[in-house]
Amino acid sequence: MSQAKEVLSNPVFKNNPIGLQILGVCSALAVTSNLNTAMVMTMAVIAVTAFSNLFVSIIRNHIPGNVRIICQMTIIASLVIVVDQILKAFAYDVSKQLSVFVGLIITNCIVMGRAEAFAMKNPPGISFMDGIGNGLGYGVVLIFVGFLRELFGAGKLFGYEVLPLVNDGGWYLGNGLMLLPPSAFFIIGMFIWLVRTFHKDQVEAPEFELAKNTKKEAV
Amino acid sequence: MSANNDTIGKTITVTVLLCVVCSVIVSAAAVLLKPKQIANKDQDRKSNILAAAGISDSGKTVDELFAQITTKYVDLETGKFTTEVPAKYDAKKAAKDPVLGKALPKEVDIASIKYQAKVMPVYMVEKDGKLEKLILPVHGYGLWSTLYGFLALEGDLNTVVGFGFYSHAETPGLGGEVDNPNWKSLWPGKEVYPQGSMKPVLGLIKGTVDPANANAKHQVDGLAGATLTANGVTNLVQFWMGANGYAPFLSNLKAGGA
Repeated sequence: MSQAKEVLSNPVFKNNPIGLQILGVCSALAVTSNLNTAMVMTMAVIAVTAFSNLFVSIIRNHIPGNVRIICQMTIIASLVIVVDQILKAFAYDVSKQLSVFVGLIITNCIVMGRAEAFAMKNPPGISFMDGIGNGLGYGVVLIFVGFLRELFGAGKLFGYEVLPLVNDGGWYLGNGLMLLPPSAFFIIGMFIWLVRTFHKDQVEAPEFELAKNTKKEAV
Repeated sequence: MSANNDTIGKTITVTVLLCVVCSVIVSAAAVLLKPKQIANKDQDRKSNILAAAGISDSGKTVDELFAQITTKYVDLETGKFTTEVPAKYDAKKAAKDPVLGKALPKEVDIASIKYQAKVMPVYMVEKDGKLEKLILPVHGYGLWSTLYGFLALEGDLNTVVGFGFYSHAETPGLGGEVDNPNWKSLWPGKEVYPQGSMKPVLGLIKGTVDPANANAKHQVDGLAGATLTANGVTNLVQFWMGANGYAPFLSNLKAGGA
């Protein structure tokens, strides 16, 4: 059972798909302007990674090597459509905000990366766990980013006012950048920095040394 | 993965089986959840209409509140009510239909919508046989996206009761401020037409409206940092309230012959 625990917890901080593998950044920028959408997106991605890993793993011994990517895509695409349909039926408002990004889970590299790298080689149970773990790893970043963006951009958490905005007669002037997708780059960057201060082994060796500037040319 | 997985026979069997299973699951989900999704969409549309008309009552469901609203269809060209609409009429789809819609020539298409449905739904709140509120669907292009909304007028067919968009993708914090309740609260009481004319003058201006200004009742504060969205909003209001929009219908309605 220790292996199950490991595949579940490893991707959250030690081997985070966004933080270390730098996968799935695109949707992390798009859906994190508030916590609500970030949470729903997290759950959708966990469901898709977990079940795609499970189903790929179940039929892994029968998938022909030549068309294995197509087979994985078929499974992933079907699952994403099912998740999208369920969201449209039961969480209409959120699905409207997420719009195209639920559909784009299909192209989220995390899902296919795990199906190809893990589920093709491991039995169903552990693959399912690995899917949940990687979905969680993605979700942790999403929620971290969503928390900061909603709090400092709109002064709210889950749509409830925390910092009253000047626009509504309060004292907090919302940071407009936080509401725009590029702010997620900064926050993800800080997240990676934070994780790497604790997990020093993630720090990559510099590809080249900067030469010391010793020559004084112009005075 | 044993080697015999790669024979042509096995490849075809596995892929066909996989596709069949997946398509059954997908279509089952789509079919089973369809009624619920349609109900959601319908509910969403209704609550937007109610919001534009300023009708709200936390004690009642959307459907109960919507019961006081009658939906009618208007032929924009003649400006008269029509009953000749296909079942489940969708104005958005009809706009591009060769029979139900028409392409707009560039010089009249100030809202940049390119295609317009010939028949539009309108929503009426009537009390004791008298028209109390009239809610008109409007849309037009802003900076990034088409803004879809409802403009609600009072019984005099000139004074705005409420205005709001239910779908757009403008920049949050800039053009997205069209959703700001403070800004939306500027609209009620504004007048679309000047006295004795059916040429709409209501629009956004740069900066804040000076209440002492003679035209103040035809002007709404602009959106700071969102000139293009603001222009889009002005254009779509003037287009839909103008001669190619609801103006003929409103004149007929005023004269009592719609």
